[in-house]
Formats: sequence, structure tokens, C-alpha cells
Amino acid sequence: MMSELSVNHLLGIKDLTTEDIQLIFQTADQFKEVINRPIRKVPSLRDITIANLFFENSTRTRLSFELAEKRLSADTVNFSASSSSVSKGETLIDTVNNILSMKVDMVVMRHPNPGAAVFLSQNVDSIIVNAGDGAHEHPTQALLDAFSIREKHQDLKGKKVVIVGDILHSRVALSNIFCLQKLGAEVRVCGPTTLIPKYIHTLGVEVSHNLQESLEWCDVANMLRVQHERQDIKYFPSVREYTQQFGLTLPMLDSLKKDITIMHPGPINRGVEITTEVADSDYSIILNQVENGVAIRMAVLYLLASKKKMNFNG
Amino acid sequence: MIKKELLSGKSIDIILSRLTCELIENHGDFSDTVLIGLQPRGVLVLDKLLTKLAGNGISNVNHGRLDITFYRDDFRRRDIPLQPNQTKIDVILEGKKVVFVDDVLYTGRSVRSALDAIHSFGRPSEIELLVLIDRRFSRELPIQPDYTGKQVDSLASQKVAVEWKEESDKDVVYLIKPNDE
Repeated sequence: MMSELSVNHLLGIKDLTTEDIQLIFQTADQFKEVINRPIRKVPSLRDITIANLFFENSTRTRLSFELAEKRLSADTVNFSASSSSVSKGETLIDTVNNILSMKVDMVVMRHPNPGAAVFLSQNVDSIIVNAGDGAHEHPTQALLDAFSIREKHQDLKGKKVVIVGDILHSRVALSNIFCLQKLGAEVRVCGPTTLIPKYIHTLGVEVSHNLQESLEWCDVANMLRVQHERQDIKYFPSVREYTQQFGLTLPMLDSLKKDITIMHPGPINRGVEITTEVADSDYSIILNQVENGVAIRMAVLYLLASKKKMNFNG
Repeated sequence: MIKKELLSGKSIDIILSRLTCELIENHGDFSDTVLIGLQPRGVLVLDKLLTKLAGNGISNVNHGRLDITFYRDDFRRRDIPLQPNQTKIDVILEGKKVVFVDDVLYTGRSVRSALDAIHSFGRPSEIELLVLIDRRFSRELPIQPDYTGKQVDSLASQKVAVEWKEESDKDVVYLIKPNDE
């Protein structure tokens, strides 16, 4: 069977078709087998060079992308804003074009500004993969979240997923909403009024401010991190109060007496959005998410690279 | 398009029996041997061979399926990429005798990719190749089969299609020619 993605860059889930997402999943299934072999490497991208540009801190996403690239045999160069000329006042396009002059085929970029990836794709000649742009999208995270749900529940159609926490500042939430809806799941967001965007209901999601009731409703709960660094003003009185209202504990889950799946995109604030007991319980698929992240990113890079045809004429 | 029957179900059955005997001759009780079906079509031939081996009193033969999509030498050269199939090899191949099983050997490029791919599972002591159909004189690489069902002479414009009764109505091998030849 043959197919390819409808897009040339991965900028956001919004641009993907349901078929694109299914193709990424089917490809990731095979890469998941690859990364569990005695030798976890395939030669597919050996003639591709990928630049990882991280204008914002990241541990997990960056490591995950780098592992995915290496397991596909791509060459990689890394760049982080703190140790670069960005602090000397260079513009984004100049930075990226300088890197592309060194013959780089793909760019994986994390940037604090929403739309940075789209902007780049319109202004430079390279395949762009968005690894998170401000509070806009984080497509690979949404793909790996949905892939992890699919792994546990087979099909996402009709599944009920609640995203809990700081929806306002969360790119993970937005990408997850798009991705889950395209796969036929029902999505609800839950959090303090101040952290729920005013017009979120226009995306077709339900809004709730009651964690207990949302847990009773859902099959899967995705607990977002409280992003202290993005909160320039106080959105809730105290962390303690947030935890009392929206913190997930093991007794709450046990009292539901149902097969509920708990996810978290990391990094976890243990004892804030979820307790240690929940994070380490059988309800949690947090570490599966991390493993699946590498497979999903391999699939995305592989499928995008396959669209850049070999050119022997310079 | 003209379809010419190259092998009937009966002939395929006789050929599979012969190939099974040849395998038994070289591999005895198969304790050190792993049969690997190459995805997608070699897996179907492998299933037939396993049934034949069981009929000869040899069951529990180590086997697996290998997909070579990520090892192909035409990545970024095809118009539309191929979708990968499942790889399932639960045995460590270090020091084992491996036999690749495929339906049609043509240019030899898939087998080259398979030789590359198989090393992710350990270093076999030897690797052999079994094919149902050998489209001879069309090789692009120095690769030859160790066990051959039938040799076929064909042009590059033609196709050889192996069909099984599980997917169509009968076991049959066709030579498919375009109309203008």
C-alpha cells in the first residue's frame, strides 16, 4: 500500500486530515517495533540533516526528537537560544537561513511566539516541524497522546477525554482538542474559570469547572501542568487552593470504580496537579506516552522526509 | 492486459512439497534454523511451508516476518512512499541459520534490504534465500536464490503475480503482459 501526508510541514494538528493522522499512527506502530529491537536503528534518513532549534527550554521534547532522529540515522545539529547569537539581536529568519546555508534539510523548532513555525515555513526553504510555538500548538505531543490512548483503548471514536488544568496557556490542550476531535473523540476541558479561554466552546468542546464530575464523565483524563512560568498575573489564589480544587488523588480515582486512564504531558509538578501515588499507579500511562513520543516523532520525520525527493542536479 | 497462467494450484503444491524436502535435507530438525518471511508477500509462502513442514512431522519451527520498508534503497526516489508492514521476530538470530522466504525474486533489491535489516536482530551464522518464482536474467544486484520453485523468463514491462486461495479463489501464478506486446 502506498500513501503520503497531505502536508509538507508539520505546523499544527489543525492542518492535518484524519487520514494523515491515521498514516502517522500506522507508521509509528512499525517504528515502535523498531525501537524495541536489539539494535534500534534504521538507515532511512542517513542522507538527511536535521537542525533542532530550541528558542525555549525543553528536556523531554528535545531528547525525544533527538533520539527519533538518531534512530532514523539522520545527522543532527542542536541549537539553543541561550547559547546563541539570538541574544545578540539576530532575527529568526537570519538565524535559520544561516543554519540552512550549512545544508540542513529539516528544521525542528520550539519557539515562545505563537505562529513562529508557520512564519518560518513561509520564509525559508526547508521542511519545518513545530515542536511547540508559544500557547498555539504542539502537534507531536497531541499525536503521541492520541496514539497512547489508541494503544490502550484501540479506537478513539466515541471516547470521552477531559483535559484538566491550565487550558489558557497550553499548546498541548489546543493541539489535543484538534487531534482528538479529528479522530472522533468527545473532548471536555476542566479548570478554574481564569484558566479557560473565553471562546473555547466555539471549538466544540464542553467546559466544566468540577473535576469530580468530569472524572465520572470521562474515559481518559489528561492532566496538564500548572505553568508557573507563563503566569504573569495571579490566575488562582494559591497553589494549595488549585490542588484542592483540581488536584487528582488516588482515592478519587479508586472511588470511581471504572477503568480510567490518566495522562500527563510532563514535566509533572508532583503534589500539584496530580499526586505521586496517581502518577505511579496503574491508571497512569505517563511513561508509555514518553516511549510512544519517540515512535511518533520517527514517523513524522520519516513521512515528511519522504516528500523531499532526491535531487542529483545540484 | 493479458494474463497467462504460469503455474496451477496443483503445480504450486508439488513445488512447495519439493522445496520443503530440500529445506529438510539441509536443516534437519530445524533446531538452529529460523525461517523469515519477507513482508508483504513472502509471509504467505512461509505459512504454506510451515504447513508442509508440519505435515512432515516438523512443527514448532522458529519463524518470523520481516518488513524492509525502512531499509529500501529507493527512499525519496519513489513518487509515493510504500507503507510499512509488521515486523515480528521473537527469536534472537545471533548464530542461527536464517532462510529468507519470498514469493518472487526480481531485481534482488528487496533481498539486499532484507540482508541489511536482519542484522538488527543479531548476526546469523548464515543466510539462505528461498523463492517460489525466480525471474531470471533480471537481477540488478549479485543475489541468487538457494532454493527455487520455478525459473521464469520475463520482460521488465511484465509482472509476475502469485495469488493464493485465501485472498482470491485459487492458488495460481500469472504472467501479466501489457496489451501491446
